[in-house]
Amino acid sequence: MTPDASIDEQGQALPASLIGPGHTFGTITEKISSIVLSRRTPTWWFLTFGVAFLFMNLMLLTIVNLVFRGIGLWGPNVPVGWGFDIINFVWWIGIGHAGTLISAILLLLKQTWRQSINRFAEAMTLFAVACAGLYPLLHTGRPWLDYWLFPYPNTMAMWPNFRSPLIWDVFAISTYATVSLLFWYVGLIPDLATLRDRSTNPVGRVVYGLLSMGWRGSARHWHRYEMASLLLAALSTPLVVSVHSIVSLDFAVSVIPGWHATVFPPYFVAGAVFAGFAMVLTLAIPLRRLYGLQDFITDRHLDNMARVMLATGLVVGYGYMVEAFMAWYSGSLFEAYMMLNRFAGPYAASYWALILCNVLAIQALWFKRVRQSPALLMVVAMFVNVGMWLERYVIIVVSLSRDFLPSSWGLYAGTKWDWGMYLGTLGFFLTLFLLFIRYLPMISIFEMRTMLPESKVETEEAHA
Amino acid sequence: MSEPTPSPSIDLAAIRRRLEGAHGPALWRSLDELAQAPEFAEFLEHEFPRQAAAIHTAVDRRDFLKLMSASLGLAGLSACTKQPEELIVPYVRQPEGLVLGLATSYATAMPLGGYGVGLLAESHEYRPTKVEGNPDHPSSLGGTDASIQGSVLGLYDPDRSKTILSAGQIRPWSAFLDAVTAMRTGQAAKGGAGLRILTGTVTSPTLAAQLGELLRQMPQARWCQWEADGRDTVRAGARLAFGGDTPPQAVYDFDKATVGLILDADVGQEGPGRLRYARDIARARRVERGDRKLRLYAIESFPSPTGSVAEHRLPVRSSDVEALARAIAAAAGLRVRPIDAPVVKQHQAFVKAVGADLRRAGSSAVVVAGHGQPAAVHALAHALNEALGAVGTTVRLSEPVEAGPTDELASLRELVAEMRGGKVDCLVMLGVNPVLTAPVDLEFGKALEQVPLRLHLGLYNDETATLCHWHVPETHYLESWSDVRGHDGVVTILQPLIAPLYDGRTAHEVVAAVAGTSGRSSYELVRDHWKTVRATADDATWAQWLQDGIVPDTAAAPVDVRVRGDWDTTPLPAALPPDQLELIFRQDPYLHDGRFANNGWLQELPKPLTKITWANPVFLAPATAERLGVQNKQVVELAVDGRSVRGPVWIVPGQARGSVVVHFGQGRRHGGELARGHGFDAFALRTMAGLHVAAGATVTPTGDITAVACTQDHQSMEGRPLVRRGTLGQWRAHPDFAQHETHVPTADESMFPPWEYSGHTWGMAIDLTACTGCMACVAACVAENNIAVVGKEQILRGREMHWLRVDRYFGGSLDAPEIFAQPVPCMQCENAPCEVVCPVNATVHSSEGLNDMVYNRCVGTRYCSNNCPYKVRRFNYFLFQDWQTETFKMARNPDVTVRSRGVMEKCTYCVQRIEEVRARAKREQRPIKDGEIVTACQQACPSEAIVFGDLNDPQSRVAALRKDPRSYNLLAELNTRPRTTYLAAVTNPNPDLAKEA
Amino acid sequence: MKKRPSIYGLMAEFEDLPSLLAATHRAHHTGYRHMDAYTPFPNEELSELLEGHHNILPKLVFAGGVIGLLAGVGLQWATNAVDYPINVGGRPLISWPAWIPVGFEMTVLLAAFATVLGMLGLNGLPMPYHPVFNVPRFALSSQDRFFLCIEADDPLFDRQETRRFLEAQQPHEISEVEH
Repeated sequence: MTPDASIDEQGQALPASLIGPGHTFGTITEKISSIVLSRRTPTWWFLTFGVAFLFMNLMLLTIVNLVFRGIGLWGPNVPVGWGFDIINFVWWIGIGHAGTLISAILLLLKQTWRQSINRFAEAMTLFAVACAGLYPLLHTGRPWLDYWLFPYPNTMAMWPNFRSPLIWDVFAISTYATVSLLFWYVGLIPDLATLRDRSTNPVGRVVYGLLSMGWRGSARHWHRYEMASLLLAALSTPLVVSVHSIVSLDFAVSVIPGWHATVFPPYFVAGAVFAGFAMVLTLAIPLRRLYGLQDFITDRHLDNMARVMLATGLVVGYGYMVEAFMAWYSGSLFEAYMMLNRFAGPYAASYWALILCNVLAIQALWFKRVRQSPALLMVVAMFVNVGMWLERYVIIVVSLSRDFLPSSWGLYAGTKWDWGMYLGTLGFFLTLFLLFIRYLPMISIFEMRTMLPESKVETEEAHA
Repeated sequence: MSEPTPSPSIDLAAIRRRLEGAHGPALWRSLDELAQAPEFAEFLEHEFPRQAAAIHTAVDRRDFLKLMSASLGLAGLSACTKQPEELIVPYVRQPEGLVLGLATSYATAMPLGGYGVGLLAESHEYRPTKVEGNPDHPSSLGGTDASIQGSVLGLYDPDRSKTILSAGQIRPWSAFLDAVTAMRTGQAAKGGAGLRILTGTVTSPTLAAQLGELLRQMPQARWCQWEADGRDTVRAGARLAFGGDTPPQAVYDFDKATVGLILDADVGQEGPGRLRYARDIARARRVERGDRKLRLYAIESFPSPTGSVAEHRLPVRSSDVEALARAIAAAAGLRVRPIDAPVVKQHQAFVKAVGADLRRAGSSAVVVAGHGQPAAVHALAHALNEALGAVGTTVRLSEPVEAGPTDELASLRELVAEMRGGKVDCLVMLGVNPVLTAPVDLEFGKALEQVPLRLHLGLYNDETATLCHWHVPETHYLESWSDVRGHDGVVTILQPLIAPLYDGRTAHEVVAAVAGTSGRSSYELVRDHWKTVRATADDATWAQWLQDGIVPDTAAAPVDVRVRGDWDTTPLPAALPPDQLELIFRQDPYLHDGRFANNGWLQELPKPLTKITWANPVFLAPATAERLGVQNKQVVELAVDGRSVRGPVWIVPGQARGSVVVHFGQGRRHGGELARGHGFDAFALRTMAGLHVAAGATVTPTGDITAVACTQDHQSMEGRPLVRRGTLGQWRAHPDFAQHETHVPTADESMFPPWEYSGHTWGMAIDLTACTGCMACVAACVAENNIAVVGKEQILRGREMHWLRVDRYFGGSLDAPEIFAQPVPCMQCENAPCEVVCPVNATVHSSEGLNDMVYNRCVGTRYCSNNCPYKVRRFNYFLFQDWQTETFKMARNPDVTVRSRGVMEKCTYCVQRIEEVRARAKREQRPIKDGEIVTACQQACPSEAIVFGDLNDPQSRVAALRKDPRSYNLLAELNTRPRTTYLAAVTNPNPDLAKEA
Repeated sequence: MKKRPSIYGLMAEFEDLPSLLAATHRAHHTGYRHMDAYTPFPNEELSELLEGHHNILPKLVFAGGVIGLLAGVGLQWATNAVDYPINVGGRPLISWPAWIPVGFEMTVLLAAFATVLGMLGLNGLPMPYHPVFNVPRFALSSQDRFFLCIEADDPLFDRQETRRFLEAQQPHEISEVEH
C-alpha cells in the first residue's frame, strides 16, 4: 500500500480493548487481507488440511458403502430406529446456531464486539449445516428417494404429510441454510471488493471481482446495504430460534417417554447456542494464535463468549432438572421409568458423563481467571462439545431403547461405519473451514474499520 | 463332483417303453434325459451345485443362495411347474380347473413321526404356497403348528437332494432299479435273510400293506422302525397296564374334562393329537362355559406352552415326577406303591389338593403322561383314569393306529447287532436318518459300514445318505401320493399339489422296487391298495375322499379292556438324589429330530417361552445356574457318562431345579446350508439307557462366551398392566376386573373430533385365556406374508422381521413363576402415532380403519417405528428378501408384495385376504359374512385365541367380544384407540392351593 | 436528449472522512446534486446527505414475507386438505396447528430473498464496470481513502468551475473520470 496512506493519529484511547492499539484503516486492511492474499501458505495449514481431507474421504467411503449396501451398516434397529445419524444431525445443527446468533442477534443488540468473530462464526454455521444436512439425507432406507419429501407434483399423485415434523425439518433446515448463506455472502461483498482491489494475482482479481459484483463503496449503496443487513438480522433472529425448536419437535411431537416433553423447544435452542459458542471458541482460540490475531479477537471477546456459554449452559442444566421433575410430577409410570432408566439403566454412564460435561464443567466459567485463560477455556469448550453430543445420545438412544412394552426393549451400539461417518463429517467440516480461512477474509474488514475512532466523526464544524 | 462316467449308447427301445408308460403329456428335453444318461444327470448336477455349499461354508446364506440362484436360473428346471398327471380333486365348492389369480385349496395331510394331520393346501397357479388345517380332520379341526406352516418352505428348499446318487455320482433311476433287482434276486434265494428295512413309525395303510407283501415274499427279511422322539414308553406303558401284544392306545377328550393332571407332557405341542388337544383344552378353559371350566395341574421339568397356562404348575425334575404321580394317585384313592422321595414331602399340600380335586372330578378328570416318562407312569395314568371312571368320558381306548406297533429301540438295537454280525446284506432306509438320530452308544454309523448294500431314501443328502451306496431323493409330502392316519386313526389320502420338483420318489415306489413290483407310480400303488381294501370304492367315492381329506369309517375301533390288577409290580426306580443333575432330551420344538433343520422360517422362529432362535442352548433353572455359578451365554461343557458337548447356557425361569434340558435336532453335520453350524448336536449325548432322561450329568464352565440370538431380553412387565389375568372368582364378582387398570381417555379429551367409519370397520380380539404362546400364529404370518429370513447376526442386532410376535413375561418367583403370553400384531390404532410422523404419507388409514403401509412410497426414515408404542413395525435394513432363488419365488404368496431393501413393513390384518373375500362377495352380489375373512394367525391358532371381523356389524363375534367386560386395550392411556383388543385371561385355581398360585 | 458529456465527472480524493464530509456538505450547499461519495465503510450522515431518508427496501421485504406466508399455508392446505385428502392417524384434514412451522419458514425464506435481491437491485448490482474504476487510485476507496465524484451530467457541472470548487476543499488529488 502507499506509504502515505496512514492517517494522522488522534492519539485518543480506543474503545474497551476490542481491538489492539495503534491500528489504522490501513493496518487493519493490510493485516486481514494479507492472510488471504499472501502467496505462501503456512505449513501447519497444509498439515491440518491433509488430515481433514483424509477424514473427508473416510466420509465419502462410508457414504458409498451405505448407499450400495444399506442403512443396516449403521447401528439402528427396532426399537432404536435412530442412532448416530440423528444424534450427529442435531449436534451439527446446534453448533451452527452460534454463528447466526452472533451475526444476527448481537447485531440487533448493537454488540460491536461481535464484529471480529461474526464472519468465521457464520462460515462455521454454513459448514455445520452442510454436515448436519448429510445425515437426514443418508439415514433413510432409500436415500435416492429423499426428494419425495419435497412437495412437487408427481405421477403418484401423492403429496407429503405436513403433519410430520420431518417435513417441518425439510423446510426449516433448507430455509436456514439459504438465509445463512445469503447473510454471509452479503456481509462478504465489501471485503471481496477490497480483495479485488488489493489482489496482485490476475486470477484473484477476476474471481474476487466477479464475486464482489462491482461493489464501489458508494454512499448510496452503503445506505441500502446497512438496511439490508439489519433486515436480514431481524429475519434470522426468529429463524434461528425456530430451527432448533422444530428440530426439538421431531422428538416432542412423538409419544415416546423422554421425547414427549414440552420443555424441549427452549431447552434445545439454549443447548444449540451453548454448543455453538463452545465450537466458536474451539475454532477461535487456535486461529487467533496461529494468525496472530490477538489484536482483533481479544481476551475481551473470549470473556464475552465464555459468559454466553455459562448463561446458556445454566439454561440447559435447568432443562435437565425440568425433565427429571416432570418425570416425577406427571405421575406417569412410563415417564418415571424413563428417568430411572437414565439414572441407573444400561446407559447410566452416558447420562452421568453428560451431567459432568454440561453442568459441572461449565461452573468453572464463573471465575474470571478461567474466562481469561485461552487454554482453560479451550478445555471447557471441549467438555461442552462432548457433553452436547452425549445429550443427544441420551435423548435419542436411551429413550428409544426402553419405551412402553418391556418385550420389545433392546440395546443399541454404533458400528464402525457410524464412527466413520461421524469422523468423516468432522473432516468435511474442517476441510471447508480451512479452505475458507485460506481464500476469504475470516474477519470482516470493513466492520473492523468502523471500530476505529476515526470512523466516528463529529461533523458540526462541517456544517458551520 | 467326481469324473463323469462314459455314456452308454442310448437305448431307444427303452425310451419308447418309458414314453408309453408315461401318463399325460410327458415333457422331455432330450433323448439323453429320456435315456436318463449320466451326462444329462451330470449336467443337471452342475446346474444345481450341491457341492457349492462346501465351497461357500464361510459365506452367509444370502450370498450362497445368490450363487444357487444363478445356476437354478440357467437350468430353468425348477421354474416350470405342472400339475401331476393323475386326477387330483379340489376341496369343496372350488371352481372347476384353475382361475388365474384365485387360490385353490386341496385336502391332503402332513405325516410327522408317522402320524398325519389333515391339511388344506393352498395352490396358486399350481404352486402350493400355504397350508391350513383341515377343519373336518379330527387331528386338526383347522389348527396347525409352526412345523406344519414351515413345511411349505421345505418343499422349495434349494438344498433338497435332487438326484439319485451312487458313491457321489449321479445315476439314473434305472440304474438304481438294476442294483435293487440284483440284490433282490440274491435275497430271494435265502428268503430275504439278509434284507432289512428301516422306516420311521408307519401308519400308512398302503405302505404297511406293501411291507407286509414284501415280508410275505421274503419271510426272513425284517422291518424295523425308529423315531428319534418315538413313543416306546407310551406303548410299553399300555402293555404294562393292559397286557397283550397290541395293547390299546388312549385318545383324550379334554373338552369333556374339568380337572386335568399333566405329568411332564406337552400335550399341546407334542404327539399325534397335539393340535386337537390344544383346541379342546382352550375350549374347556373358556369362561363362557360357566362352572364347567377345566382346571389344569402341570407337573413338568421344563416350561411348556400348555403347562404355562395351567392353573397350578409344579416344576420338578422328570426323575421326580413318578414319585409325585404315585403320591397323587394314592391321594386320589388308587392303591399304588409309593416312592419315598424328598420331593413328595416337599409338596405335600400340592399332592393332597390335586388328589382330592381329581377324586372330586371323578369321571370328568383326566390324567396324561408325557412320552418322556417311563412306562410305569403311563401305566399309572391308565390305572388312575380307570379308577376315576374317566375311561369312556375323557379317555377313549382304541386299537393302535400304528401299522406295526413295536418297541422301536429294541428293534433298532437288534438291527445294529445283526449289522455288526454281518447278517445284513442290504439295508433299505426309508425317510429316516439313523446315523444322526440313533442312540450314540449304538454307533449306528460304524455298524452301517458293515452292510454291503446300503440304500437310503430321504429329502436331504444327510448324515445317513453320505454313508450309503445309493441315495434316492424323497418327494416332499406336497409332491406325493400316499396315505396316513391321524391320532385317532382316521385315514387321509395325500394328494400332491405339484409334480415332483426334482427326481424324487416316494417310499411306496422304493418298496415296490425292492418287492420287484416296480413300474407302478405311487398313485397307482395307493389307489390300488384302496381298491382292494374298499372293493366298493368307485372313482366317485375316491374323488370324495380326496375332496374331504378324510376316508370315512377309518377311525381306530374302540376296545373295552381293563387295567391288569398286577400292573404295579415292576421294580420301583430309586429316587434320584436331590443334588444330582438330570439331563433331559427334548426334540426341538420346530425342527423336531432335525428333519426341518434346513428351514429358515423355523430356524428363525423364536422358541416358545425361551424366544431363542438359530440355536439350542443348554437350558438351566435359575437355582441350578446359581449353584454352578454360570450366566446366560456362557459356554459350558455338558457331560454325561463319558460323552460331552459344548453349548451356551440359557437360564429359564420356571425350569425345575436340578434338571438340564437340551433340544436335539440342531448341530447337523449334513443336510443343507442352514442345518449345519447352528447349535450343538445333542444326539451326541443320547444313549439307549438315557433316551429321555439321563442321570448324573455334569456342567462345567469353559470361560468362553457366545452370542445367543434371543428376540426378547426382558422378562418382567415392570408392573405395567400389559397382560391382565384374573381368577374365576374375581371374574364372577367383577366381570370387568380387567378395565379401570389405567386411565382410558374419552373422545372429548382430544382437541380433534374422532374420525367416523361408516362401512366395514375391521377389528381383532385376542383371548388371553386361550393363548399358550405356541407360536403357530407367527409361523403362519411368516408363510402368508412373505416375511424375510434375516439370519442370526441380524437377530442379534435386533432386526427380526416378524410382523406378529408373542410377548412372554414372567411374574412372581424365579423358580415357579407365573408365565404370561401375549400375541402382539399391529394394533391398527385409529389415532395411529406412526402415521402422523411419516413425512411422505407412506402409512395412512384406509376407509375401513386399517393402518395401511404403502411400501412403494416408503423412503425409510424409521420415524414411524420409533413412534410406535407397540414396536410392531419392522424395517428392511438390508436386502433381506432373497430375490434370486427361483424356488423361493415359487414359495411366495402372490397376493402379498415382496418387500425390498430400505422400506418399513408391518401387519396389515392380512389385507389380501380381506380383498379376496370382498371380491368374492361382490361377484356373488352378497354382503361379506361374519367369520368369512380369516387372518393367517387366526386360522393357524390351534386354540382359537384370535377373532377377526367387522366391528360395525353388531352380529359379528368380534363386536361381541369387544363388548365383553373382559375386553381391554393395550396402552389405552395413550389414546391410540387400537383396533386390536385383548380379553383378559381368567384362570380357575384350586382354592386349597390359592396361596401357591 | 442532450449529448453525452465528454467525461463522466471529476473526482476528488480525501485522506480522511471529515474532509470528505465537509466537502460533500459544501458541494451540496453549492447546489451540486449529481454526485456520489465512495468510502471504505458505511457512514450514515454521508448517505442521508446524498440519498435522503426514502428507502423502499422494507416494503419489498414485507411483501416478500406476506407472499411467503400465503404460499406456505396455501401449499399445505391445497395438498393435504384439497388435492390429497386422506385419513392420517385420525387427524382432521385441516390440522392447522401442524401448518404453523412451514408457514413461518416460508415467510422468512421469501422475505430474505426479497431483502438481498432488493438491495442488489436497488443498488444496480452486479455492475462489473463503472467509470469511477478508471481512476487508478480509486482502488484505495475500498481500503483507506475517501472519494467524492461530481458527475458531468449535473446541471451546474463545468469542467473548470467544478475543478476549482474541488481544489478549494484541499483534496489529496483531483482526477478526471473517463467514461
